[in-house]
Amino acid sequence: MEHEITLVVNGTARRARVPARRLLSDCLRHDLGLTGTHVGCEHGVCGCCTVLLDGEPVRSCLTFAVTVDGQEITTVEGLAGPEGPSPVQRAFGECHALQCGFCTPGFLCTVTALLRENPAPTDEEVLEGISGNLCRCTGYQNIAKAVHRAAELLAEEGQ
Amino acid sequence: MKPPPFTYHAPRDLGEALETLAGVGGKVLAGGQSLIPMLNMRLAAPEHLVDINRVAALATLEAAPEGVTVGALARHAQVARADAHPLLGQALRLVAHPVIRNRGTVVGSLVHADPAAELPAVLAVLGGSVRLARHGQGERDVPAEEFFVGPMESAVRPGELAVSAFFPVLPAGSGTAFREVARRHGDYALAGVCAAVTLDEDLHVASARVACIGVGPVPVVADVTTECDRRPASTVDWAAVTRAVQEATEPEGDIHASAAYRLHLVGVLAEQALKDAARAAAQEAAPSPATG
Ligand SMILES: Cc1cc2nc3c(=O)[nH]c(=O)nc-3n(C[C@H](O)[C@H](O)[C@H](O)COP(=O)(O)OP(=O)(O)OC[C@H]3O[C@@H](n4cnc5c(N)ncnc54)[C@H](O)[C@@H]3O)c2cc1C
Ligand code: FES
Ligand code: FES
Repeated sequence: MEHEITLVVNGTARRARVPARRLLSDCLRHDLGLTGTHVGCEHGVCGCCTVLLDGEPVRSCLTFAVTVDGQEITTVEGLAGPEGPSPVQRAFGECHALQCGFCTPGFLCTVTALLRENPAPTDEEVLEGISGNLCRCTGYQNIAKAVHRAAELLAEEGQ
Repeated sequence: MKPPPFTYHAPRDLGEALETLAGVGGKVLAGGQSLIPMLNMRLAAPEHLVDINRVAALATLEAAPEGVTVGALARHAQVARADAHPLLGQALRLVAHPVIRNRGTVVGSLVHADPAAELPAVLAVLGGSVRLARHGQGERDVPAEEFFVGPMESAVRPGELAVSAFFPVLPAGSGTAFREVARRHGDYALAGVCAAVTLDEDLHVASARVACIGVGPVPVVADVTTECDRRPASTVDWAAVTRAVQEATEPEGDIHASAAYRLHLVGVLAEQALKDAARAAAQEAAPSPATG
């Protein structure tokens, strides 16, 4: 049986007809064509599918699209503002916090929420905050730097 | 890695949820942080899923003097943020990663009954209970020692819903701690120990209990009050205590760690956790102004 659902994705109401077993990650990628959300392990370990659900980061591979019918989703495509990339996105670029970019959408969503809750995290809080996201390229040092840099940019820009 | 097909039910209130469960059987979907990986890996293929995420009345957290009652839809993160129970807070920091904790539920973790999960040990060491409901039959409270039946097996029967879990508050002069060793931060532990220690007015150990994870089919509870011999923590014979804890466990080896290593770990962690708990209890009993 298919279910008619409405998701508010990056501020726009989007409708889709999905079977109950459709993962939110697949709904975003296949039904809505938003391929910015990446899929790695599909059992919650790698974090690259992380999106914001009503502002809170969650694993889209461990969420059924039908469960979140009517809720708000922010994907990596929705992080930029009208003036261009968000401070978190710019910090990742500046600090070379990505190489192949596969893990990046998950990190960006996770870090955006992290800094909203904790605008000036300590080194330890940064590591704890990104501990559920795996990156096979960077070695994490530049990602941790980018989180601090993003915190600076957000503070400077009063966001 | 796609879940097998199932029929989906999304009840809006508790009555409807119980009726659906009684009618179709099937599995409850709470946070999905254990169930969906199992579906994705096709380790489970239930015909019906009853999604309780819309039953807002289950997202409760009630703190009373005698204990904390956690509703079936209270997420790990929500419970940790409320800071309602010290040992729950200590344990939740060790459960998975922050993002998983935004969805996973405390009650779901208890029902899932992974032998390496932290929260079952918390319920066990505190002597808590889980409240189960079934359509037309009222509720029953199952104490922790009967709730965990085997690895990944709890006392919840088909058609039943776990509506809440009760975590008792310890008496004054108590302290708790949770220690574990995992391969990577956020992974399930190779072994872990949570400890609850109560001191008397002279700061001698009046009661000491541990619950150990990863070293048996269910959380292994050991009461080591006798071994602590009503002494101050500084003069307790820790070797005897460690031995008593180790004797209560039945670790098995797997690709992550041998049985002998788990046995060793549980001894070391028990001593650390009990000492930490005794220190916390001493601070509670006589808070020193210098350290606040
Ligand atoms: C990467 C990763 C790492 C993790 N690491 C840890 C860890 O270190 N420690 C740890 O303890 N957990 C860990 N978990 C699991 C996590 O804590 C889960 O949230 C928890 O085990 C289950 O809660 P849930 O609400 O997600 O339950 P679900 O996945 O929805 O359900 C789990 C099981 O319980 C049943 N169930 C759930 N709620 C009820 C109810 N109210 N009544 C009856 N049956 C019910 C379901 O039918 C299912 O069988 C990890 C998960 C992931 C993905
Ligand atoms: S794809 Fe979701 S966590 Fe790896
Ligand atoms: S940049 Fe390649 S996985 Fe992180």
